[in-house]
Amino acid sequence: MNIKVLGPGCMNCKTLERRVKETVDELHIDATIEKVEAYEAIASYGIMRTPGLVIDGKVVAAGFVPPVEKIKEMLLAHRSA
Amino acid sequence: MRLVERNPIASTAIFLPLWILLYAVLQHLADGVVTLTGLLPGERLTEALRFFIYEVPKVFLLLTLVVFVVGIVRSYFSPERTRAMLGGKPLFAGNILASLLGIVTPFCSCSAVPLFIGFVEAGIPLGVTFSFLIAAPMINEVAVVLLFGLFGWKTALLYVGTGLLIAIVSGFVIGKLKVERYVEDWVYAIRSNGTALEESAVSFRDRILFGIDAIKDIVGKVWPYLVVGIGVGAGIHGYVPENFMASIMGKSAWWSVPVAVMIGVPLYSNAAGIIPIVQALLGKGASLGTALAFMMSVIGLSLPETIILRKVLKLPLIFIFVGVVAVGIIIVGYVFNLVY
Repeated sequence: MNIKVLGPGCMNCKTLERRVKETVDELHIDATIEKVEAYEAIASYGIMRTPGLVIDGKVVAAGFVPPVEKIKEMLLAHRSA
Repeated sequence: MRLVERNPIASTAIFLPLWILLYAVLQHLADGVVTLTGLLPGERLTEALRFFIYEVPKVFLLLTLVVFVVGIVRSYFSPERTRAMLGGKPLFAGNILASLLGIVTPFCSCSAVPLFIGFVEAGIPLGVTFSFLIAAPMINEVAVVLLFGLFGWKTALLYVGTGLLIAIVSGFVIGKLKVERYVEDWVYAIRSNGTALEESAVSFRDRILFGIDAIKDIVGKVWPYLVVGIGVGAGIHGYVPENFMASIMGKSAWWSVPVAVMIGVPLYSNAAGIIPIVQALLGKGASLGTALAFMMSVIGLSLPETIILRKVLKLPLIFIFVGVVAVGIIIVGYVFNLVY
């Protein structure tokens, strides 16, 4: 699984990155987590709010830090897909 | 907190009456606390303390409620939807709509760049985009609550009205100046790959949760500014002599408005810190127009946001943006000094 956290480095972006890392560890998911900080790259995903969360190339959340439960849900949904 | 998040609707039903009760008895509560200290009424320290003990909880209560409601309202808006609504609007109508949407669309300055790119990519005129970018930070719920709580509803309305006017006119003027060439070239080259987020159904329960999140986020962020701001305000109320500010920020000093704006633009504080101090100065001879101009320039134009926007705007456009808005604020300041 390839996970990208989109964000130029604001508070929320760091929170999201940390939360995703913790959740991935907890669920023992084999995933690479990338932090995307360049505005060009962030904008190419078509999001207008940061932080953004991208799983396997698909934007699953933008503009807020999803709660841990929600992140779990999204990760598990993508693993089974 | 967990419990609240699991039962958001029931919690709201419990907390709302509590809020009303607390707000109703707050004045008596504050007076009671002041009496308990044994300080004599009418003395400087007593009155400063009374101001602080009453105003801090009052503003907190107002802020919590308004942030909660605004959080729910904002859940009905998104930058994506706003962009769709602005598409194809003629210039002036577009400026008006963009300024209004700037108030209700969720926005933080850290998202200014992706939002700008998203607007440009969708072909929204630059002037309309600027109307949005000017209104969004200037007219925010924290500023409106503080103005309402400390100045009254008339000043709060005045601030919102003139803020809108500045956003509409400044955006229109920037649009007329044909500044497209001053946008960084890479912005025009961006083509998003269209995997944009599909909007999932949002229940009323979710919207209440958005409201609760907004309280945690915003009140959690501004409370230190609020306490310090009202503390300094209380000190000014009690200890700074009457008419102290008249010569510097009064009507008679013609240069006071531009100087207030020139100081206000680079100065960055959120509304929670600056408004209580300005309110206290107003009681010491500062004029409303000058005070309003100062607040608008501090809240509406900030150095951090300008630095962020520099990523997508070339330097001349940064100066045009700040210049046009600053001139608008100065005009508003003068008009109010004349009228009041």
